[in-house]
Amino acid sequence: MAKEKGHTKKNFLKGILIENPLFVSVLGTCPALATTKTIEAAIGMGLLFTIVLICSNVLVSLLRKLIPEEIKTPAYIVIIATFVTIVKMLTNAFLPALYSTLGVFISLIVVNCIVLGRAEAYASKNGVFDSFIDACGMGLGYTLALISMALFREILGSGMITFGEIFTFIPLTRIPILTYMKSDYTVVYDYSISLFSTPVGAFIVFAFILGVMAFIKNRKNELKTYQERQEKLRKAAEAKAASMQGGNQQ
Amino acid sequence: MKEILTFVLAIVSAMLIDNVVLSRFYGICPFLGVSKKVKSALGMGIAVVFVIVLATVICWPLYNYILVPAGIEFMDTVAYILVIASLVQLVGLFIKKHSPSLYKTLGIYLPLITTNCAVLGVAQGNTDQALSFIDSLANGLGTSLGFLFVIVVFSCIRVRLESANTPKALKGLPIALITAAIMAMAFMGLQGLFSGIV
Repeated sequence: MAKEKGHTKKNFLKGILIENPLFVSVLGTCPALATTKTIEAAIGMGLLFTIVLICSNVLVSLLRKLIPEEIKTPAYIVIIATFVTIVKMLTNAFLPALYSTLGVFISLIVVNCIVLGRAEAYASKNGVFDSFIDACGMGLGYTLALISMALFREILGSGMITFGEIFTFIPLTRIPILTYMKSDYTVVYDYSISLFSTPVGAFIVFAFILGVMAFIKNRKNELKTYQERQEKLRKAAEAKAASMQGGNQQ
Repeated sequence: MKEILTFVLAIVSAMLIDNVVLSRFYGICPFLGVSKKVKSALGMGIAVVFVIVLATVICWPLYNYILVPAGIEFMDTVAYILVIASLVQLVGLFIKKHSPSLYKTLGIYLPLITTNCAVLGVAQGNTDQALSFIDSLANGLGTSLGFLFVIVVFSCIRVRLESANTPKALKGLPIALITAAIMAMAFMGLQGLFSGIV
């Protein structure tokens, strides 16, 4: 199968912006709202999600000629559930803080529509390498989307960015942004809005990110229709001028 | 008497105080996807109540009497998702045969329930917290009734929002999410409702 140049790059990049699973297709919203309280939890969730997505996409793509059409969906669900169980046990063993923070949402990767959706829509029709690249792009796109939501929620909700609480192998650091702290972490003043750490903040942040995306899209469409109209007017004027010229010559 | 009171309180607490959609974030996809009309929201809600209660009744004995004695507790997620997927199929077939009119209202929502995280979330949560059978049942019943309640109320608001004059960029999903945020704020007010009773 001949492929156009830059196919792999395009395939990888589409998941990040054009077909972003969270902000464009609005899939996988449950973990996006539940695990974006802190940036570290969002990174952890995105990482586990990407691992499961890559593994399931590669395996589904390898088995795509063996699985009969009728039992496609149950077979994919079992494949995904197996990888989720493996990832869950590994997390419990090596990153217990991440395991207790994400809780039941690690198991819920099984019913995340993105994983099943990519298996059905992409991996069952394409080769192993393409499926791998697709999964990497989608996973990275989802992780970046989670981090961007967590960025707003953590800064507005707690007034600072904290690292080292979940990924315990890095030293505990707090970067104050809306708060001022002395060197021993006693807070002097605090302008954070704790509402953003609650479920309410999750809904509001998600709503406004989708709103901004829709605003940019609307503006682009308006600009396009405006340019098209200008082009049409210009062409009409040219045609008129040409016909006038023709009339003068006669 | 005390057991009945605890049971009812557990249901109400799972339904209102720790609401499945607005504070635990299970089942956001159907909550946003199937809430444009009140009728479809009601159908989806009832189907979810049906499946969650049945799944709880099946998954608890499955874990405690089959997976634990066999020493394969780590297979819980795989077992639960298989139970839920086949349960959804069976319930669909059963309703289709015995009550075609009910199937007409619920039928199209049944396949969607397999990927509703509320069902797996309840089954997994019951296992992770090591709840007793009665507590699991109360959790399942309360969670699913909470889902039904919230999705119906939300769909009523969304019908009104259709005709409201919202900013162009917020039309559709963003304004619905802001509505959900305000509802979540209202539900936060119920926290500590039973602190004096239990």
